[in-house]
Amino acid sequence: MSNSNSILVVADHDNNQLKAVTMNCLQAAAELSAKTGGSVDLLIAGSNCQAVAEQAKALPGVTRVLVADGESLTHQLPEDVTPLLVAQAKEGGYSHLLAAATTTGKNLMPRVAALLDVAQISDITEVVSEDTFVRPIYAGNALATVQSSDAIKVITVRTTAFDAIASEGGSAEVVSLSAPSASGMSAFVGEELSVSDRPELTAARVIISGGRGMQSGENFPLLEKVADKLGATVGASRAAVDAGFVPNDMQVGQTGKIVAPELYIAVGISGAIQHLAGMKDSRVIVAINKDDEAPIFNVADYGLVADLFEVLPELEAQLS
Amino acid sequence: MKVLVAIKRVVDANVKVRVKADNTAVELANVKMAINPFCEIAIEEALRLREKGHATEVLVVSIGPDACQEQLRTALALGADRALQIQTDETPESLAVAKLLNAVVEREQPQMVILGKQSIDGDNNQTGQMLAALANMPQGTFASEVNVDGDKVYVTREIDGGLQTVSLSLPAIVTTDLRLNEPRYASLPNIMKAKRKPLESMTPDELGIDISPRLTTLAVNNPPERAAGVKVASVSELVEKLKTEAGVL
Ligand SMILES: Cc1cc2nc3c(=O)[nH]c(=O)nc-3n(C[C@H](O)[C@H](O)[C@H](O)COP(=O)(O)OP(=O)(O)OC[C@H]3O[C@@H](n4cnc5c(N)ncnc54)[C@H](O)[C@@H]3O)c2cc1C
Ligand SMILES: Nc1ncnc2c1ncn2[C@@H]1O[C@H](COP(=O)(O)O)[C@@H](O)[C@H]1O
Repeated sequence: MSNSNSILVVADHDNNQLKAVTMNCLQAAAELSAKTGGSVDLLIAGSNCQAVAEQAKALPGVTRVLVADGESLTHQLPEDVTPLLVAQAKEGGYSHLLAAATTTGKNLMPRVAALLDVAQISDITEVVSEDTFVRPIYAGNALATVQSSDAIKVITVRTTAFDAIASEGGSAEVVSLSAPSASGMSAFVGEELSVSDRPELTAARVIISGGRGMQSGENFPLLEKVADKLGATVGASRAAVDAGFVPNDMQVGQTGKIVAPELYIAVGISGAIQHLAGMKDSRVIVAINKDDEAPIFNVADYGLVADLFEVLPELEAQLS
Repeated sequence: MKVLVAIKRVVDANVKVRVKADNTAVELANVKMAINPFCEIAIEEALRLREKGHATEVLVVSIGPDACQEQLRTALALGADRALQIQTDETPESLAVAKLLNAVVEREQPQMVILGKQSIDGDNNQTGQMLAALANMPQGTFASEVNVDGDKVYVTREIDGGLQTVSLSLPAIVTTDLRLNEPRYASLPNIMKAKRKPLESMTPDELGIDISPRLTTLAVNNPPERAAGVKVASVSELVEKLKTEAGVL
């Protein structure tokens, strides 16, 4: 089974469906495999996740889909997924382990790397060669090119930097793995997930975000109405989340979500470096702010100096 | 219980760093330094655990050059009981930091270690998870709420989809997210008192840990510049430009 230059990608999924970011991560894997000549396998760790395996089978460029399906993996707790991944890395002889830099990937991959006694390379935005990668540091104010001397490279991928692969066209072999028993150290207690009909922030084509200038959560419907017209997803700055206007999963930035939509509209957001870190790779940026010196205007393609409470209803009307 | 807090000396969050002209690193000479903001939140949480009667002792540790004693003194002024510097002029990678912290964990046997989720210089977001692996402890990363109950800790985590709560058996590793708490400021009398609190120093060698790097930085470059944009005078001009010029509507 040893395949000393192959790549193992850890799938992001919710036991029913693959998350869109997995397709971006697979693009990074494809670029890597073009350099190493190794094949790409996809690992699905979950429970009652056969539907995910079915979906994964059709992904182009994937040679094998490894499925570990068991009770202990229902919530993909890192204490339980890590032994599985470490065993695969050693037995499967993989040279690279990749995951999307989601909260799941970021939680898991360093734990795996430490047990393999290798470095973990976070948030890569470019594959230079089989051992050399580019990654942003200092809130994206610098790009570091780093070379790894480790035998196994454990990597998280900034998914906005890689296009998604197609979801059809492949015919991977499905291999089942036995799920490990639960570690007993940790247990899932509960979750509060945001429900929305809009695309996820990391996959949205248009995003409209509100900041402290929105003044309260009650004013966010002003953004929602514009979002409805644009098919957009609504985001926020840290200040808007800290103030309790909106939930944490809407935070865009260095320490929140990294996004790069076709169009990003920042409303009542000053443009602190930590916010810019999360959105400055968007294709077109619009800023609406009443302060004409707000730093957000330095990155905006189109700036409108105005009161957002006048602009938003007008924008909604003009988009009708 | 004893709580260990790991703090890192980093560039102040308000500084916009510049890449050096020779593209080897960012310019750090004469730049304001501070405790990593996520580590300030970690200190605050440890102090609150002590105030609630869960923690009996708060030990802060930092790995770095002698300059990081400044951040350790600040942590003592905030209320930590004692401090430990692991002295090195190198910049150890997350794996080496985790190994050093694990050696401290073995000596000190804390019931909880609190770290920041991410250092704002390297943006790694790894050390807590790595330490959890090496110490064979459970991990509650990106915490927005921490509740100790007997021999367990309940951690609410900020995840991409919302919030998730896990229960971990102690000893455990916690990493902080922004909403966990609002750190206090150090008062002047406490800053004076901190000068007399114990600050120990030791080296990676004394702990028997090899900190040699696994990664080589080949270059540090500026990100691509965005071309300067334009100001529009009205909503209609904006919509017009987005349709015709930018082609995004
Ligand atoms: C460790 C750390 C991590 C961080 N991570 C993040 C992160 O991931 N994401 C993030 O966003 N921030 C982050 N921050 C916070 C960041 O530094 C800023 O504090 C934050 O982005 C500011 O949010 P804001 O622009 O909404 O608020 P402010 O800076 O207060 O700006 C509000 C803006 O609204 C404008 N305004 C007010 N009223 C109106 C009106 N009626 N019409 C039009 N405009 C109006 C004002 O002119 C102002 O420019 C982080 C900070 C630290 C220290
Ligand atoms: N040199 C260091 N000294 C002490 N703690 C550190 C050091 N480097 C990282 N840490 C801890 O690990 C956390 C995450 O850092 P990182 O994995 O580098 O993003 C920080 O917030 C600190 O709590």
